Amino acid sequence: MQAVLRASMTWRYFKQKVFFSIVSLSALIIALALGGLIVYIMVHGVSVISWDFLVLPPTDSMTKGGIMPAILGTLYLTVGAIAVALPLGVVSAVYLAEYAKQGKFVRLIRIGINCLAGVPSVVFGLFGLGFFVVFLQFGSCILSGALTLGILILPTIIGASEEALKAVPQTFREASLALGVSKWQTIYKIVLPSALPGILTGSILGIGRAAGETAPIMFTAAAFFTAKLPGSIFDEVMALPYHIYVLATAGTNIEATRPIQYGTVLVLVALVLGIDLIAIVIRSYMRKKKRW
Amino acid sequence: MSRHFKEAVIKGIFAAFAFVSVLTLALIVVFLFREGIPIFKEVSVSNFIFGKEWYPTYDPPSYGIWPLIIGSAVVTLFSSLLAVPLGVLSAVYIAEIAPSSIRDIAKSIIELLAGIPSVVLGFFGMVVVAPFLQETFDLPTGLNIVNASVILAIMAVPTISSISEDALYAVPQEFKDASYALGATKYETIIKVIIPAALSGISTAVILGMARAIGETMVVLMVAGGAAAVPESIFDSVRPMPASIAAEMGEAPFGGGHYHALFATGIVLFMLTLIFNLIADYISRKFREVGSATL
Repeated sequence: MQAVLRASMTWRYFKQKVFFSIVSLSALIIALALGGLIVYIMVHGVSVISWDFLVLPPTDSMTKGGIMPAILGTLYLTVGAIAVALPLGVVSAVYLAEYAKQGKFVRLIRIGINCLAGVPSVVFGLFGLGFFVVFLQFGSCILSGALTLGILILPTIIGASEEALKAVPQTFREASLALGVSKWQTIYKIVLPSALPGILTGSILGIGRAAGETAPIMFTAAAFFTAKLPGSIFDEVMALPYHIYVLATAGTNIEATRPIQYGTVLVLVALVLGIDLIAIVIRSYMRKKKRW
Repeated sequence: MSRHFKEAVIKGIFAAFAFVSVLTLALIVVFLFREGIPIFKEVSVSNFIFGKEWYPTYDPPSYGIWPLIIGSAVVTLFSSLLAVPLGVLSAVYIAEIAPSSIRDIAKSIIELLAGIPSVVLGFFGMVVVAPFLQETFDLPTGLNIVNASVILAIMAVPTISSISEDALYAVPQEFKDASYALGATKYETIIKVIIPAALSGISTAVILGMARAIGETMVVLMVAGGAAAVPESIFDSVRPMPASIAAEMGEAPFGGGHYHALFATGIVLFMLTLIFNLIADYISRKFREVGSATL
């Protein structure tokens, strides 16, 4: 009897061991995929990076020179996108977290945000083309691209901000209201400052997303090559993701520009993952320091 | 101005801001249809969707997006074969098995993977996966269904993993305690108690992951090969819908049949992802955990 029981226990723990190994392996595969990708990009890209690569425009029909206009273009587009999405997103989140009561209107807004979050990036591109570029006659330019990217990251910012607002303890609000402070002042002086780190993290992640997107700017802002740097928000720009795409697929001399492709990929990945890492570090620091 | 009035005004303004998301979504629908509907003067809806020939630049042109729809379906399906087990199991690892020191690192890795721009993954597929496939299987091209599915899987894993992980965390501690108290091993508890209890959340995760794969553009544009034909083998090239839109929009004459056909393809793509998202929304709402008292 006892022998049977022991054998059964051994079998059950054996199954557990096998299962845990498979589960750990799958986590390991993901880590290796990320690690492999980053190492590969570093190895191939690092030799291309130089000061000149970062500060010079492309020359000799893209086969030489640097990528400065593309870096600058991505910077413009990203700053523009966050300028659109941050105010809209934070105010939306304040409404949803602080004012809204369960009802049809709020349900509609939530469905809208969820669906917006699921819209494919290329459809945002089509929308940007149909609305900003053609209908509003902005043309393909920084403004159209930044607005398109802005609405693309809006759901991310709303989601992160709302979560941050909800994490602020209810007692903070009650204490303030009990002192006779109005609801708006409570939000402005008490709730928002407490939620700021969370909102910041979400926004930084949004910036990373906007910087790396290609499809939404293809028809709304990005140019293969611009002779001059953009002078206004109504000019087309070069952008890092689009630069990679064009050089790797449509360039006349794909092999000759390979080093530049690797270099551009490294710059873009370093930029985006750098931004994401900052957000992750801020968040874990804030979690440790949390006062409530 | 009375204080109550001021508060009401502020609330109203905030509500208006929050409504912008709904408005934007409505505008997206309006403008997709505005630019897409004219194609149906040239071709019927059923011939557009089920037509097997996509020759938008021929004379006379032929606008049948069936090969593009099949292309999207095939790469999405194959990528989920990879991404679902990897995503769900990694979520189990993070939520149930990993020691807390490794857990935070693992979560960061998933988050960073989600942050890699799609164009970079597409590039990786072109310069690494494609030559590998081509040499290993002796193919005319490495830009095909397998390549696109593998890269898309990498994109979908973070979505599936992070949402599944939330679902696993939401399983009440009492469930686990009850299972252990009956003498179950950790493995048995995970398989028979925790995963079934989190199933609705995991399903949501899988659906959202697939929606992500269907709508992903740069990867399929760069590594799926671009052949607008119904594939016969997993090493054939395909041209999923987003790839077709992104690749051809630049050349399509503004306001012409091709231009409208690409917007109409966008409508189909939008509808598909919308359906996926609404199903996910429905599942997560309908089967939401309401606490231990419900079981």
